[in-house]
Amino acid sequence: MKFSRIIASTGEWLSGDGPNRQIVVSSRVRLARNLRNKPFPGWAKKAERLEVMNLVKEAVEHLPEMSDAYSENLEALSPLEKQVLVERHLISREHAAKGVGSAVVMNAPQSLSVMVNEEDHLRMQAIRTGLQLDNVYSMIDRVDSELEATLDFAYDTELGYLTACPSNVGTGMRASAMLHLPGLVMGDQINKIINSVNKIGLAVRGLHGEGTEAMGNLFQVSNQTTLGEAEGEIIGRLNRVIEQIIDHEQNARALLAQRKAVTLHDQIGRAYGLLCHSYSISSKEALNLLSIIKLGIDLSVFPDAHRFPVDELFIETQPAHLQKGAQLQKMSSEERDALRATIIRAKLSQVPQPDIANLKLAAPAQPDQQ
Amino acid sequence: MQCDVCQSKEATVFLTQIVDGKMQKVNLCEACSKEKGVNDPTGFALADLLLGIGASQEIEKTPAAQKCPVCGFTQADLKKTGRLGCSNCYSVFADSIGPMLKNMHKGTAHVGKVPAAFKKSREQDEKIRALQEDLTKAVEAEEFELAAQIRDRIREAEAEPAP
Repeated sequence: MKFSRIIASTGEWLSGDGPNRQIVVSSRVRLARNLRNKPFPGWAKKAERLEVMNLVKEAVEHLPEMSDAYSENLEALSPLEKQVLVERHLISREHAAKGVGSAVVMNAPQSLSVMVNEEDHLRMQAIRTGLQLDNVYSMIDRVDSELEATLDFAYDTELGYLTACPSNVGTGMRASAMLHLPGLVMGDQINKIINSVNKIGLAVRGLHGEGTEAMGNLFQVSNQTTLGEAEGEIIGRLNRVIEQIIDHEQNARALLAQRKAVTLHDQIGRAYGLLCHSYSISSKEALNLLSIIKLGIDLSVFPDAHRFPVDELFIETQPAHLQKGAQLQKMSSEERDALRATIIRAKLSQVPQPDIANLKLAAPAQPDQQ
Repeated sequence: MQCDVCQSKEATVFLTQIVDGKMQKVNLCEACSKEKGVNDPTGFALADLLLGIGASQEIEKTPAAQKCPVCGFTQADLKKTGRLGCSNCYSVFADSIGPMLKNMHKGTAHVGKVPAAFKKSREQDEKIRALQEDLTKAVEAEEFELAAQIRDRIREAEAEPAP
């Protein structure tokens, strides 16, 4: 499969449906695996990395899940193409920095991707819409079980799966959910939530993982530890915490609608106005305003039919996606800001003006109807 | 220059240290340097940053000359990178890694997924371990006839082909 085909359609997780999808954008599970007695990628020499890459790539490409896969060595991708994959959460920023001896394999719906020779020999992930960590884990667990038939994974009866960094040893699993929490941010409660989640051994991070800034009111919640707890227990713990965060977010939205109605209406109206009428907009400003529009859709201020086009803008307005769309290898940030504004104006012109009188709170704990 | 820890923000704190005659350099951004408590750069190692304060002392529990026979990774490499060289390093540097894992994780033993190939051998190990306990008890109780039976069962279990 060609890169252009991967680019042409956004991933299944963006367009799909899933439980609690208004607040939980996506669920992701990543497993780290290594081959026994082969130097880890960070320590291996080029020839050793190539040997492992060929072995692993071959095994992954033969998976039934990867029958229509996109598979490429990283040196064959331009920096721009790599950045597009990062913006889609298909590879990590660390992986994008790699070249000869590293590769990526992903399925056509972009729900499964395997990074070869990132920090570990294999980093495989599954991603889906909404809160469904259990399903996502089963998906990647099946891939892992299929691969262990052909690849000799480094496993120790005491320590479990052995990884380059001791912080991943054991299950090698990182489960995470991307949460959209504008209510908690506007209500100034987000720091309290982050602190209490941190205290119970879970991590809260920004849009692109470790060390990144929270933009567009998007937060990733994930497990920190991998040893001493089974996969199911980790996911169970994570699920319980995420469900509580969802409740808090719903409450924060209700509180805003009741006590700070004018502020809330004002924010939605201004976000709409700015996005419809700006001619130059930074990525950060765009994400933050789009987040408010997304909230407006959740609150029925905008018709639900516009949910997908707005969600798509979160990805399409990222720097590499803009540049790829414009088919330019080089673009100044002024040029990008102008193009971003043009794309947003075009899409938002389809969205009717905010109908504040129609503002309704989603009933909490109700299964989400699309 | 990017921060070595978060790899996103601009590094503004630059640390250089000579350890065992080798130079170590670390670049950090403002936020990470504060978070890691790096205001006193004395006695600081990258391993401390990545694996938690105190990790470099744990690493020193492994003799400095220790080297992984499979990949050639040394104690100094571990201290410098906070990572391991290959899967075999886990047994070579077990004394250093054990205490680190204790601080880092919920437990010290894996209780999650077991690859199919290990499932049988794990069951076998557990069976043999249980029998050995029975054997010790039987010997302590001077029940030598029972002990002989248990010994035979251990031999049988050990003779089963490993998967």
